Amino acid sequence: MTMESSVVAGSEPTVEPRGFELIEREGLETNLLEVSMGPHHPSTHGVFRMDVKLDGETVTELRPVFGYLHRNHEKLAEDMGYLGSMPFTDRLDYFCSMTNNWAYALAGEKMIDLEVPERAEYVRVIMAELTRLVNHIMLVGFFVNDLGALGTPLLYALREREKILDLFEWASGARMMCNYMRFGGLRNDLPEGWLTKCREVVDAFPYFLDEYEKLLVENEIILVRTQNVGVLKPELAINAGITGPMLRASGVNYDLRKVDAYGVYDRFPFRVPMGEVGDCYDRFMVRILEMRESIKILRQAMDELPEGPIMGEAPRVFKPPAGEIYGRIEGPKGELGFYLVSDGTAKPYRYRVRPPSLVNLTVLEDLCLGHKVADAVVILGSVDIVLGEVDR
Amino acid sequence: MDLLGSGIFKGMAVTLKNFAMTYFDRGRKERLPTVQYPEAGDTVTLFTRNFPFLIYDGEEEVDGMRCVACQICERECPPACIYIVKEKDENGKFVKRPKVFDIDVSVCMGCQICVEVCPFDAIVMDSEFEYSKEDRFGDLLFNRDELLKSNDYYHKIHPEEAQARDANLAAKKAADEAKKKAREEKAAAAAAAKAAAEKEASEKKDSPEASEPVAEEPKAEPAAPSENHAKAESEAKEKPAAEETPVEEPAAATDETEDAKEESSGGSEGKETSEEPEETAGSGEDDEKKAEEGEGVS
Amino acid sequence: MLVQFANWVQGELACSPALAKIVGILLAAVPLATVFALCFAFTTWLERKGLARIQNRIGPNRVGPFGLFQPIADGIKMITKEDIVPRSSDHFFHLIAPLLVLVSSMACLAFIPFGLGMTMSPIDTAVVFFFAILGMNTLAVFLAGWASRNKYSLLGGMRAVAQMVSYEIPLVLSAVTVVMMVGSLDTREIVGAQVVEGWATSENSGLRFLGQIAGWHVFTPWGFAGFIIFFIAALAETNRSPFDLPEAESEIIAGYVTEYSGFKFALFFLGEYIGAFAVLGLAITLFLGGWNGPNFQPWWSSDPHALLIPGFVWFFFKMFVLMAVLIWIRGTLPRLRVDQLMSFAWKFLLPLALVNVFVAGFLFHVAKEDRVWASVAAFVFLYLVAKGLSRMNQSDAPAPRKYHFAE
Repeated sequence: MTMESSVVAGSEPTVEPRGFELIEREGLETNLLEVSMGPHHPSTHGVFRMDVKLDGETVTELRPVFGYLHRNHEKLAEDMGYLGSMPFTDRLDYFCSMTNNWAYALAGEKMIDLEVPERAEYVRVIMAELTRLVNHIMLVGFFVNDLGALGTPLLYALREREKILDLFEWASGARMMCNYMRFGGLRNDLPEGWLTKCREVVDAFPYFLDEYEKLLVENEIILVRTQNVGVLKPELAINAGITGPMLRASGVNYDLRKVDAYGVYDRFPFRVPMGEVGDCYDRFMVRILEMRESIKILRQAMDELPEGPIMGEAPRVFKPPAGEIYGRIEGPKGELGFYLVSDGTAKPYRYRVRPPSLVNLTVLEDLCLGHKVADAVVILGSVDIVLGEVDR
Repeated sequence: MDLLGSGIFKGMAVTLKNFAMTYFDRGRKERLPTVQYPEAGDTVTLFTRNFPFLIYDGEEEVDGMRCVACQICERECPPACIYIVKEKDENGKFVKRPKVFDIDVSVCMGCQICVEVCPFDAIVMDSEFEYSKEDRFGDLLFNRDELLKSNDYYHKIHPEEAQARDANLAAKKAADEAKKKAREEKAAAAAAAKAAAEKEASEKKDSPEASEPVAEEPKAEPAAPSENHAKAESEAKEKPAAEETPVEEPAAATDETEDAKEESSGGSEGKETSEEPEETAGSGEDDEKKAEEGEGVS
Repeated sequence: MLVQFANWVQGELACSPALAKIVGILLAAVPLATVFALCFAFTTWLERKGLARIQNRIGPNRVGPFGLFQPIADGIKMITKEDIVPRSSDHFFHLIAPLLVLVSSMACLAFIPFGLGMTMSPIDTAVVFFFAILGMNTLAVFLAGWASRNKYSLLGGMRAVAQMVSYEIPLVLSAVTVVMMVGSLDTREIVGAQVVEGWATSENSGLRFLGQIAGWHVFTPWGFAGFIIFFIAALAETNRSPFDLPEAESEIIAGYVTEYSGFKFALFFLGEYIGAFAVLGLAITLFLGGWNGPNFQPWWSSDPHALLIPGFVWFFFKMFVLMAVLIWIRGTLPRLRVDQLMSFAWKFLLPLALVNVFVAGFLFHVAKEDRVWASVAAFVFLYLVAKGLSRMNQSDAPAPRKYHFAE
């Protein structure tokens, strides 16, 4: 759990650049160009800083610096009732508030062995997969934006995301900060007509994906920019604790929806796309393919959605017995876990988030060394970070 | 691979199609989602929540206010943006109404927790979003009178939700009245039977400890409506740790709700009205309140 | 009309030749500057609107009808903005760089024939002069990058120099084919060579119509290849997407204009667009028939050379069509990387341009009756060369992959 802090935040800047050797030049005295990319930089996805040392345009050293968006999330949660943290989890990864809610609710439910009604489980699956669509489509948009496309794919992505956000707003009252799930179920049931609208959106999505793939996947510029750039070896990925699409792009079959089969995921036959090389192109493609699988899950979940209550037999006092629990789900960015320690009171004794963005970010330097500075930006884009989650 | 650039032309065909489609009605519907905001009118959907407001019934704003200043929302609010001061009458006794009810909407994050925990359905979410003000601090601190909006308005913005709430309130009121009647009968019976009952009642008036006397009090546990379920749960959760209640004792947890409900029904018994002031008087005025609550209502 | 007015003024001032010269220059330069400043304003509007529609947005629509006055609002904003000069920058060069960009771009316009007799500086080595002055742009951009004393500016400036110098070679080589075939460096003669003389003056209006188009160099094999090479190189030369590396926003913020604000930034902007106009104008002159276009004989005139639509209308129409293509490309494509940009210039464009020069030379010597067959053969040959070159570059031009799924 603490591996990421030791790798990035606390470590001294490496003296010798790893994996890349400086070219000795005779005669002229040359120097490395130190550039501090960020926190105010157009493509650091928020307030993130990369201290890069450039030899010409080649990255010889890269140090990620973050914490500009630290909001004391974990400590705040320790001073609040369990429910009080739920709206704050929305703000971790602000693209995926539904999955954040779910992970936290799952941890809470595990603590008191709470049964979630079937309808709630199905609605959760629907919401989580919609969130996955939102996240991946936005990631691809931003990724291509980092490649230098003038926002066109990003704006197409935003256009489609808008439709899903409308669904979220209809169901939960808010577009991004949904705050929709509760320990033991959901806050409110789906409104009338929601499912029909959702079906429309989901049915239209593959057509959009077709168009999107036509725009991007065969584009030579994207191919040369992303293939064999930022290759992440499976060994390194496993050692660094990388999860999510980034790990699967490196060819490691690990999807918590299959491994843990939390919720009702064991009822959905879906496939897990795998990359082979582990470069930016694989990471990009794995996400596009995952979206198509998500659509399958969504269709099945909407067909099978049972009637019934949406709130389980949650106790009136949420006072879990003393103990610790780790609840995790497969978030769109990777394994999102909530680690809760209870001392038997109504407030958590320790509250810890395992943010997939932060852990995935730890390998940034390994991916970037030896590449051009333009690639560093692209690699950062392919890692898929949200600073709200990295810094918490 | 074909000649260099074939993929590029495919992409350019897509953008050309998107460009052209925005000039046709059919394409515009799906491809040009921009809403020209001030001209295009209302963009608010049915369940939109933005910031909370207080409901009043009837015509009179202050008199019809549902809020009884129980301060549960103040305690539960995650970003702590609610500030409540109870109103006192001329005798220095607290009346069930907030004198000050401020919401700092620059802090409020619209999470709806206050709505969920409110046992009186007094605070609900608004869908108004045009709040641009010139003064960042003063104007964005909404006071009680700004927050008060009529039930009719609520019915207008969230019709279904408002109906459900009204039904819920009516059911609660009926239950409370039945309970009150039962209690009055019982009290009369008890008074006739024993003088000790009176003694107990007076004792309660003098030193009402938060939970103990009420716990002894015979009460008709109402079958809580399912919607109220979550509220009761979360309300109970704020019960401080230091309190000597067993960990999972629902009866003790509902005490406070029970009391609050009785108050809401307008019970004129002195013992109940006098109970509330003590509780808050003991817990300090404003900022310290939260800390105090953490240590325990004593 | 303007030309006639200019000639009349010249005649009146014949008594003092020096004054006449100055007035003559002003008479040519002032309309040019005004017209192209207006073109620039219109292009910014066109670009914003076009990009917006490509991206499924609406674009500026608040200032004036369809947002047409948006450039004026932008201009006012730019002029009234604070001009920030970094303290540690080289103030003199920081000031001079945007001026230099604007001056060199404007000067390039002097050699473009916009219509019959509408060339500001009718000299017979116009093409050479054009490229010589265009080369100054590179210097100005690097000056801006260097003088700003900003790392991003420096990177942008270095990228700009590398890119512009590399792409100038295919640019010039593709122009060389035209010069070879026409046998003149004078832009007016190059335009004149693109009219099929016998057809254009014939009585048959259909044939006249065709005669104005059929002679365009872009319809010859060497001209077609040359135009494509020229167009791609022009994109790079004017820092337009997908070769906008010197100002790559996602990588180096704004490149060499990072430290420019207010009016200096506006000058850069203006200079860049006018440079784009100039290069596109040269492309039109060299390959797209200049100011020639399908035209009719006015019903009131019996002169077979009289035209119903003035030549400059055709010229500006072509220019805006090409500009729209630039905008379209900008709305679609991501950016190349520095090394890929270089290898594309040196490994693909340059050999193709060289082969094209030889093809042109070959066609020049083919007898007239064999032209058709030779042209078809040349087309096929150029296509094969292009394909071969892209095959040879395949090692760093990867293909889409197949993916497998785990259950």
